[in-house]
Amino acid sequence: MTSLIMIIVSCALINNVVLNQFLGICSFLGVSQQMKASASLGGAVIFVLTIASAVASLLYDFVLKPFDLDYMKTIVFILVIAALVQIVEMFLKKTSPGLYRALGIYLPLITTNCAVLGVALTNVQDEYNFIESVFAGLGTAIGYTIAIVLLAGIRARVDEEAIPRPLRGAPVVLLAAALMSIAFMGFGGL
Amino acid sequence: MNKYLERIYNGVVKENPTFVLMLGMCPTLAVSTAAINGLGMGISTTAVLILSNVVISALRKVIPDEVRLPAYIVVVATLVTITELLIEAYLPSLYSALGIYIPLIVVNCIILGRAEAYANKNSVPLAAFDGIGMGLGFTIALTILGFIRELLGAGTVFGHNVLPQGVEPIGIFINAPGAFLVLAIMIMVLNAFGIKNNSDKLVSSCDGCCATCQRAAAGCGKEEN
Repeated sequence: MTSLIMIIVSCALINNVVLNQFLGICSFLGVSQQMKASASLGGAVIFVLTIASAVASLLYDFVLKPFDLDYMKTIVFILVIAALVQIVEMFLKKTSPGLYRALGIYLPLITTNCAVLGVALTNVQDEYNFIESVFAGLGTAIGYTIAIVLLAGIRARVDEEAIPRPLRGAPVVLLAAALMSIAFMGFGGL
Repeated sequence: MNKYLERIYNGVVKENPTFVLMLGMCPTLAVSTAAINGLGMGISTTAVLILSNVVISALRKVIPDEVRLPAYIVVVATLVTITELLIEAYLPSLYSALGIYIPLIVVNCIILGRAEAYANKNSVPLAAFDGIGMGLGFTIALTILGFIRELLGAGTVFGHNVLPQGVEPIGIFINAPGAFLVLAIMIMVLNAFGIKNNSDKLVSSCDGCCATCQRAAAGCGKEEN
């Protein structure tokens, strides 16, 4: 149990997926303009990443490894993740329209978010078993959500300030991300 | 200008994927810790980009429009796997330095972006030169970023110590925050000199999907895979 909690803390804070591993930068910078959208995307990422790491782990342990198809993992993972997201979307649309509306447009877009493929590959690299993979996926997604919601909060404040012209737009957001990254480095001492 | 040379000029200067289009930011930030890593990543991505452009352009009349994105992903993933195995076999030190970012070339927006925006509409030789140009632009940008970060953060250039005795390098530049910092300063300089770039779209209009991002000139609402 302790090791599972350690995995979550390590994935969410110490090795934060965005601020330390640089995965999912596109959506981290692109969607963080509004708090509500950021939180919805975070929810969708938690949902998809947890399921995707579970499926990828099962697939690796029971199909790829026994048949010595290790080298196929990149191709298999990305196709499975794409198909999985589609299935999850259709399933949600039918069974829980409320949740579907909340996560809505973000679900299909996560397919090519590099964080999802990145976590599936890291789990294999770290030789996590099924339970550990699921927790690593969950922890990573929580870390992503923390980072994007924090950045959305910072951007809401920054937008009201007078900023020198060359710094407006992307540079000031990146500087905010740099400062957040420095703060998250502090978790390395945990 | 010759239309093949024009493609290379376009990739390196006019539509430089990193400095103008602002595409493929994940590998740009992650592997630019040293100039040699940036160069290695740039060359690997260039190899995949040229081959994927050629294959997709050659198959452009065969692949049905409805399933083109999954088809592109299979092509790109195959090429990335081949590249990964080659690097693992012949350049083990680069392989361990780049680590997980080699398989992640699959989801690099530049590659699927060029497939969508250029390769599936143009002839094989033009697509190949487009790949060379874009890849070269990406490689140059990654090497410059890696050079700056390595110089400031470790005091070395391509692994050779250049700092005079007694001068301490600023370690944070080769850590994660340094990547954001250098990119921020770089875009600031571009803005200050009035060089047109997509940095505003980087922080506002991307909707979370790298491959079909609008910056890659591909419509985003209609993803099929």
